[in-house]
Amino acid sequence: MGFYDNFLTETHRMFRDTATRFAKEEIRPHVDAWEEAGEFPRELYFSAAKAGILGVGFDEEIGGSGGNAMAGVMVIEGLMQGGSAGVCAGLGSLGIALPPIVQSGDQNLIDRFARPALRGETIGALAITEPNTGSDVAAVSTRATLEGDHFVVNGAKLFITSGVRADFLTTLVRTGDDPHGGLSFLVIETNRDGVTTSAPLKKHGWWASDTAEIGFEDVRVPSKNLVGAEGSGFFTLMGNFQNERLALATYGVATAELALNEALRYSQEREAFGRPIKGFQVTRHKLVDMKTRITAVKTLVYQIAHRMEAGEFLVEEVSMAKNLAAELAVDVCFDAVQLHGGMGYMRESLVERLSRDARLLPIGGGTQEVMKEIIAKQMGL
Amino acid sequence: MKILTTVKRVTDPDMKVRIQPDQSGIVTEGVEYKMNSFDEYGVEEAITLKEAHGGEVVVVSIGPGAATKELRTAMAMGADRAILVETDADLDSDAVARVLAEVVGREEPDVIIMGKQAVDSDRSQTPQILGSYLNWPQATFAYKVEIEDGWAVVGREVDGGTATKRIKLPGIISADLRLNEPRYASLPGIMKAKRKPLETLTPDDLGVDIAPKVKVLNYEAPEERGAGEMVDDVDDLINRLKDEARVI
Repeated sequence: MGFYDNFLTETHRMFRDTATRFAKEEIRPHVDAWEEAGEFPRELYFSAAKAGILGVGFDEEIGGSGGNAMAGVMVIEGLMQGGSAGVCAGLGSLGIALPPIVQSGDQNLIDRFARPALRGETIGALAITEPNTGSDVAAVSTRATLEGDHFVVNGAKLFITSGVRADFLTTLVRTGDDPHGGLSFLVIETNRDGVTTSAPLKKHGWWASDTAEIGFEDVRVPSKNLVGAEGSGFFTLMGNFQNERLALATYGVATAELALNEALRYSQEREAFGRPIKGFQVTRHKLVDMKTRITAVKTLVYQIAHRMEAGEFLVEEVSMAKNLAAELAVDVCFDAVQLHGGMGYMRESLVERLSRDARLLPIGGGTQEVMKEIIAKQMGL
Repeated sequence: MKILTTVKRVTDPDMKVRIQPDQSGIVTEGVEYKMNSFDEYGVEEAITLKEAHGGEVVVVSIGPGAATKELRTAMAMGADRAILVETDADLDSDAVARVLAEVVGREEPDVIIMGKQAVDSDRSQTPQILGSYLNWPQATFAYKVEIEDGWAVVGREVDGGTATKRIKLPGIISADLRLNEPRYASLPGIMKAKRKPLETLTPDDLGVDIAPKVKVLNYEAPEERGAGEMVDDVDDLINRLKDEARVI
């Protein structure tokens, strides 16, 4: 048991065990091929759903598995043992696509979109970012105009995780002119006329996850696909950011732990000047620094998950954890590659992939700089 | 049909084992625990048989209080209820068998399905010793199990091939790794397992003296393996296996 495991219940550990076993049996044996191919088989959604992994954090009555913030942390930790953040992010796209739908309480939308996605039959994605709008959500310009009982949607969305294969998009659209109050969520099925999906975007990391640009040209979407009240999109989005950022912080810690394990193994095996490289003080200190920082950041992440589970809304702390964990992952992966030397630069070594995947973390789900502005605001600066 | 199955909480076999400096055991700090893999096959088989024939699956563990996790995992897979015989003592296979014999006396199952051995101690003794105490027939190392008219027909892994054995129930079957593919303890299953009954007993409650007859004197790590060597071709390999390694 790790130092921080006092935050975990038996149920948490069991969730992690199941996700770990799933990762070792269903992901790890194939992960190199999937990374190179740029996608994983669609059936993986189905088998993950069967093990209840897709349903973590969603109520059992709508087909979820139950569990809360810490349960989500456990599942990511377990799945990351597969060695690919891209696979985790692809499988987990419903974790950001469904909450607005589920929270709206709209049974029609829940039956049509949430339940099939939780069964692994359909793929959902969240569509916020646009070609000209990232963190500045109030500048979203994809417009949905009500015409009778349909919205007509025009605009484009970019960097949509699982976007290439998604069956539906929980899309942030502009239904009014007020920068914040004019935003709404609309579920758009990707097989509607006027929806165009790009080929998978070629990325620095997260290769196994398909990422797309999606265009909307006079797409007619029934008004019953509106999620919650018109104009409630911004508020809903803000409420869900905390979970997404906690998830990304967990990716950061898990990535760093994997990189440390690889570095430990390699520095034991690899010899230079007649002894394993861990025999050199400079190597040992590097490994010590990695573990020290991982222990500190992981303790913070667990503490936050524990308190979020108890119902606290920790905007400031979760933003801090997201930044710390992202930096942790980037730095530890840098050092792990360095310890591997030339081998660390080769695609056959896991640290090579981890180091690319880690680079997403200070960018995705709110950049490092945006996190700092959020914290600054909380500090009253 | 009432099926009794057993699970042992063991150190994660994927972790690197370190021996304590005084050789009294392994270092347990920072170690993860999980269900013995052979027991996963046993639990899976028990649940499969229940699904085919109806009845109840009772899962038993002997070990520390934390072993409730492994019992709940078995219930998450589909076992109906659990019994923990709680003790922190280091047990030999004989003590385990005697505790189980008492549990069997209380539960009166039609069949017992256990892992053929635990992946930590690798002893592969308990099912056999239990069979002796109960005076029940046993079929060890099962790769296939069929139940018909009060008999179990068990395909067994044996040296150099397989054998089929038919035993009258009640009897004991130990599971080998080709028996089935254990299902996941699904997350909804884990939530349901929280509400399934788990009874905790002690060896004293069962009137069993667990003082060991076998004592482990010390643990030692195997010698570190030297680096491998590349050979030029098959002839070179054969020559060196003959002349240097002297294995052929």
